[in-house]
Amino acid sequence: MVEVANVVVYNYQYLLDPKVAGVISKEMQRESVVVFDEAHNIDNVCIEALSVSVRQQTLDGALRNINRIEREIDRAQLGVLTKFRRGSIGGRLKATDAGRLRAEYNRLVEGLAQRGDLSVSDTWLANPALPDDILREAVPGNIRRAEHFLSVLRRLVQYLKGRLQTENVEKEGPVAFVDLIRSNTGIDQKMLKFCYDRLHSLMLTLEITDTDDFLHIQTICDFATLVGTYTRGFSIIIEPYDERMPHIPDPVLQLSCNDASLAIKPVFDRFQSVVITSGTLSPIDLYPRLLNFSPVISRSFTMSLTRDCICPMVLTRGSDQLPVSTKFDMRSDPGVVRNYGRLLLEMVAAVPDGIVCFFVSYSYMDGIINSWNEMGILKEIMQHKLVFIETQDVVETTLALDNYRRACDCGRGAVFFSVARGKVAEGIDFDRHYGRLVIMFGVPFQYTLSRILLARMEYLRETFQIKEGDFLTFDALRQAAQCVGRVIRSKSDYGMMIFADKRYSRHDKRSKLPGWILSHLRDAHLNLSTDMALHIAREFLRRMAQPYDKAGNGSKKTLLSQEDLEKMGEGNFDEMQL
Amino acid sequence: MSSRQVVMRARYKQSVKDPGVPGILIMTEEKFVFTPDDPMSTVNLNVDFRQIKSHKFSKEGSNKQALLNLIQDSNVKGGSYIFEFDKFSDRDVCRDFVGKVLGKLQALQSAPKNPAINSERSDVQVHHEQISTTEMELRVKLLRENIELQKLHKQFVIGEILTEAEFWATRKKLLAGDNNKMPKQRVGLKSAMLAEGPLSDGRTNKVTFSLTPEIIQQIFTEKPAVHQAFLNFVVSGKMPEINFWTKYCRAEYLHRTKNAIAAAAEAAGDEELAIFLKRDDILVKEARRKIRRVDPTLDMEADQGDDYIHLPDHGILRDGTKETTESEYDEYRRSLLQDLNRHAAVVLEGKALDVGKGDTVTVAEALARSKQAELANEISEENANQERSERLARMAEIEDLQAPRNYPLAPLCIKDPREYFDSQQLNALKTLGDTVAATKPINSSLSTVQAYGFLRKFISDVKERGLVDPVVNPETAVKVLGGLTQQLSSAKYHLGSNPQESVLDRLPHRTKEELLHHWMSIQELLKHFWSSYPITTTYLHNKVSRLKDAMADIYTKLQGIKESVQSDFRHQVSLLVQPMLQALDAAFAHFDSEAQKRSARTGERPNGFV
Repeated sequence: MVEVANVVVYNYQYLLDPKVAGVISKEMQRESVVVFDEAHNIDNVCIEALSVSVRQQTLDGALRNINRIEREIDRAQLGVLTKFRRGSIGGRLKATDAGRLRAEYNRLVEGLAQRGDLSVSDTWLANPALPDDILREAVPGNIRRAEHFLSVLRRLVQYLKGRLQTENVEKEGPVAFVDLIRSNTGIDQKMLKFCYDRLHSLMLTLEITDTDDFLHIQTICDFATLVGTYTRGFSIIIEPYDERMPHIPDPVLQLSCNDASLAIKPVFDRFQSVVITSGTLSPIDLYPRLLNFSPVISRSFTMSLTRDCICPMVLTRGSDQLPVSTKFDMRSDPGVVRNYGRLLLEMVAAVPDGIVCFFVSYSYMDGIINSWNEMGILKEIMQHKLVFIETQDVVETTLALDNYRRACDCGRGAVFFSVARGKVAEGIDFDRHYGRLVIMFGVPFQYTLSRILLARMEYLRETFQIKEGDFLTFDALRQAAQCVGRVIRSKSDYGMMIFADKRYSRHDKRSKLPGWILSHLRDAHLNLSTDMALHIAREFLRRMAQPYDKAGNGSKKTLLSQEDLEKMGEGNFDEMQL
Repeated sequence: MSSRQVVMRARYKQSVKDPGVPGILIMTEEKFVFTPDDPMSTVNLNVDFRQIKSHKFSKEGSNKQALLNLIQDSNVKGGSYIFEFDKFSDRDVCRDFVGKVLGKLQALQSAPKNPAINSERSDVQVHHEQISTTEMELRVKLLRENIELQKLHKQFVIGEILTEAEFWATRKKLLAGDNNKMPKQRVGLKSAMLAEGPLSDGRTNKVTFSLTPEIIQQIFTEKPAVHQAFLNFVVSGKMPEINFWTKYCRAEYLHRTKNAIAAAAEAAGDEELAIFLKRDDILVKEARRKIRRVDPTLDMEADQGDDYIHLPDHGILRDGTKETTESEYDEYRRSLLQDLNRHAAVVLEGKALDVGKGDTVTVAEALARSKQAELANEISEENANQERSERLARMAEIEDLQAPRNYPLAPLCIKDPREYFDSQQLNALKTLGDTVAATKPINSSLSTVQAYGFLRKFISDVKERGLVDPVVNPETAVKVLGGLTQQLSSAKYHLGSNPQESVLDRLPHRTKEELLHHWMSIQELLKHFWSSYPITTTYLHNKVSRLKDAMADIYTKLQGIKESVQSDFRHQVSLLVQPMLQALDAAFAHFDSEAQKRSARTGERPNGFV
């Protein structure tokens, strides 16, 4: 299908994740144009694609998988014996199995490249997990036989289990980790590197079709291959518990990729033109550095709006003129919580239809909603609009969203509480009456004490000279922009955006917002308190609610007719060629 | 009078719906006797007609029962005797008989109202007796709810300008509208969440919950598991209700303390308590069912499969962006957020039960019924699918890429509402002023002789005393002019300067009330007046003349108001009264011309024919 299709639309992972890309995207031509749309998070997707996390359940599952494969192999070899004994039809089938195992062995001796599904002539997507030299290399002798390979895997899983028992947080680079594995289990780097392909080959040979049941062992092999292949750009972190919940033991071994450019490099190498685009790619010059490429063309377009239909505001103070922020030392201050509540309360009374609120995290949202409930603010809010909330349960969130839309449709109006970086912030539009106002409570910084984030920032500083602060602000602001951008989807739409945190008024933060928001952010709206914001909101809504003429007059047309286009083409052809 | 006695087959009924006891009804002038066919039956009536106060009967119709209802005097005993006849003709014979008997009896007692005579009136009149008690109740209720209606009723019906039937004949909609409840907007559920917080008195260890029927109903709708448990335990009689609610409150308390582990421990020891503490399975099932009808653009559950990175073992688990909170006690953890979502969903569905303040068992059962009905509806969900696809189509189109839709209507665009309404007011004043100016000369015309005399007197005065300089005392002139202009300009200035303020509000309260009341009365009278034309019967003729008298009465009252108000307001009041008077004038003119025509036709009849 991929060969004959003109346009293929799929998830990033089908192109970025080496495990999947090899299967799905290998038939793409070099001349294909690759477009990454909504690519503001592309660096994170790249990193996710090359990262593996191993938990206790994974290891247990992997052991079960190994046992099952062992049984399968035994059966296959048993088949050879029964063939001689009885010559039954079933036995003959088994015999072919055994024959296949032998054939596989021979193939592996000759090298991976001659494998049926991997023709040498194909300029295969240069898989970072399988660099070129692998293709020419033969699988090392000690894992060619299925039984030997399984025992290697078993030893590896046992070793990882032992590592997971640790009481302390441990952090290592891949080289040190591979050394430890060799000294403890005798598995060397080369064997690790071939794990994934060896498993793949074995499973093909055994004709195991329910691959979903073997996810755990695949994860382990994936891990082994990545550790064995890369010497830098990765770190292995073992945490006995989540930093934020130290009382719940939940050990995790994470292989985290620190370099987003590793996953996207094969795409740049293989395809002629790659386009990265999004509404919130800002600052635009940071992306080439993160992904380690030099852009041929880099351009940001202004929004051609025919009226001031977006109204961004920065709210720094509450109704009592005290600053509001979700800064760590301020976020639990009851004054701040109350000020945020009053802000929402004033807005639900003034803004018609839908209002969307984004919080910096689930736990913060949970906390502040509970506080509002205790203060009675929630009750007052509910007198104006119904309240719906994104939860971690996808089904519940979907129903809540559906109900939210219904409430907006029927005119009752509603408030939706959501979380920055959440699924709603990424994928759901709140255009038209579904969102006339979006309030971003706080700056959605990542959890800065996360070891993985720390490791990544360290790597970025050393390799790409990107400062920690810059990266964190960039990441937080792109998330904030992503959240508030949900509110407007077309020129005839209109909506307000409130950035409710005093830190947004600082230039270094604000300037990282996308241009289309900044161009509408007036100086007078940079340092507002609740009452002033309310006044501005009222004025804005009154202005926007006037009938909107799409045909417009003169140059301010929203919808161009064919004549308009032709005229434009004649007049400003040079200009357009820019 | 054909006979002194009527013998008829009939069924005696305790109530209208009762199938009745068949038997023979014998009526004489003194009493009526009912003997059932079944000799064993206990129903055996022998009632003196003097105990009967009035009678009612059902309207003739194909599918209606032929009923006769003899109502006993409430002073004696109260209650009534209902008889059903096979045919309407049979019933009519009895009805007429009863009517005559009662008429006679009441004439003897010099009763003012005689239903028997009423029933013999002309066919135009709607019968008093046909009003069923339910209709009567409805009318009383309407009157009670609507003070203005009550005032009108008092003024015209009690004042005998209109009959009861005439009064209500123009308000059939009011009466009918209440009967079929279809279009009536129903009260939805309150947005407020349950505030059934535990009230602890601080000193003792006691925690009090208060539950009212409304709260219980809300609990049932928001927590189907509790509802189900109630049906299982209480309705089937396995557990006394008080125990049930005690357990419920205990569970609520545990939730509120947010101690999932304690909740789990308690649930392990008590099976029934566990129902309240565990996750609501019915809700989960309902969610499964509902999610199939969700807008696909919102269905994040469907997306989940695409994005396999978020499956376990893929990607980074703990990078500070994702939060995981799962533990074995998860089942017992219920968050405020979930409650909020559930509550809002229920409010949005907005199905209020019309159970009122019944006991909890009826509430629970009614809710169960309505749920079943809902389920049945969903199975035949063609409409839902249709609606859904329409909604999808709407969602998919990008608004600003659509060609401008040319609606046939011009959009209302009022840039400055005040300016608009001010100009409207000015226009209205201008037209009114014109008419006033046009009528003025006629009103103030003096006879030429008088004018001439006045002029001569003035001239002779001047001749005698010479021309006094100035002719008019300047101070007086300034005063008069100032007064005049100030009043005019102030009225102009005040009018419409404040959109909320109207001329009426500035009048004294009493005058305002009177004006409004007269306005309503005039409307009512005129409605009846014009609907009576053309006059075809004497009855209508009587009515019209009654109405005319009443209108004339109001006319003079209006004139009185106009004259009695303070000079400041006289101008405005007259502006307000003017249209009323004009309408009345038109009616009078029509009445006079009609009367003239009639007298011209009949010739010998005098004008005041009654």
